[in-house]
Amino acid sequence: MAGKNVLQVTDESFDEDVIKSDLPALVDFWAAWCGPCRAIAPIIDELAAQYDGKIKVVKMNVDENPKTPGKFGIRAIPTLILFKQGSVAEQITGAVSKSHIEEAIKRLV
Amino acid sequence: MAENSQVYDLVIIGGGPAGMTAGMYAARARMNVLLLEKLSPGGQILNTDWVENYPGFPEGIGGFDLADRMKSQALRFGLPVEAAEVTRLDLSLPVKQVVLAGGTVVRSQSVIIATGATWNKLGVAGESELLGKGVSYCATCDGPFFREAVTAVVGGGDSAVEEAVFLTRFAKKVYLIHRRDKLRATKIVQERATANEKIEILWNTVVTEVLGTGKVEGVGLNNVITGRKTVLELEGLFIFVGMRPNTGFVGSEIQKDPRGFIVTNLYMETNIPGVFACGDVTQKDFRQIANAVGEGANACNSAERYLDRLHAGSN
Repeated sequence: MAGKNVLQVTDESFDEDVIKSDLPALVDFWAAWCGPCRAIAPIIDELAAQYDGKIKVVKMNVDENPKTPGKFGIRAIPTLILFKQGSVAEQITGAVSKSHIEEAIKRLV
Repeated sequence: MAENSQVYDLVIIGGGPAGMTAGMYAARARMNVLLLEKLSPGGQILNTDWVENYPGFPEGIGGFDLADRMKSQALRFGLPVEAAEVTRLDLSLPVKQVVLAGGTVVRSQSVIIATGATWNKLGVAGESELLGKGVSYCATCDGPFFREAVTAVVGGGDSAVEEAVFLTRFAKKVYLIHRRDKLRATKIVQERATANEKIEILWNTVVTEVLGTGKVEGVGLNNVITGRKTVLELEGLFIFVGMRPNTGFVGSEIQKDPRGFIVTNLYMETNIPGVFACGDVTQKDFRQIANAVGEGANACNSAERYLDRLHAGSN
């Protein structure tokens, strides 16, 4: 479900991988049972490749990692959150087009 | 996608059941075809847990699985699929121009619009603010976040009632809020809802606002018969109150009905020669996978006949 530039993060690694990340981080909260998550997966992979070195793109499986989505009040997936220096900069709910996500990324990099 | 100087026979916009079927027929007809889909192919079936009214699957089939099968069937015949969002059509010249996000122009002799439809918003206070924080338009995506919670579904059609039944897998209580005194859903679907102890139907009731700070905490209700206003405490609100067509990129030169659905004839022709439409984006009373697929096949056949006439005329 993830391309080579996309790291899978966990509740345990979230702090290290996302909050303390020097680069802005895009987190894709997903689950195997979510159709629209599948629909945007190729777009997330493309963006990860395209913005390699500028942003860090990671995925979190909400089924295996309930704590972090709970902390951010996530009750819908896919949810994409862009973090900059450890804080939420942008949040996108639902399957949206690549250009929509890209606009949010461009506001950060 | 790079600048593309070729002129396609057919560009299909949208990769749901209608578009994928049109694409499969076009690939088999060896047309120079391209299918554009802004996400990955599948359309609304990707939001569907279980499909049991699509012929050929007597036990039913998962929405994912059906989408995957449609996709691999179309790809098997060589249908090219590009992930791209269409922002505008220029139909003023015989060769149609399909403009993509980013500005790339794809040129084609004919176009099939199969971009489907999206769930309507209720249009009440709090709805947009609490999207993803308890307000949802996809029970299969978000239902599992509501384990042992009180939830409600708004609507009375097949989707609303099916999703209410689906939600009972997780939620401890599902209110079905419907503005009329009877459901529009298929009888077998209604039977499942009325037999389910977790579902309670609130008849003649509309949602007037979504309440909560940072997350959904309740909804304001109005009984349209008695005028009585109440507040119902809940954590999740799932809204299935009719659909709007995905036609933001389609200009006024293409005829639409008052709700914005594209008007076609029996051949899936729009009012512009060489432009066809099929599936949920078109004007009709009944939106099903079964008729989307039929319309997709029909639209492709009509596009092929249009190209034949075009080539005959130019010889």
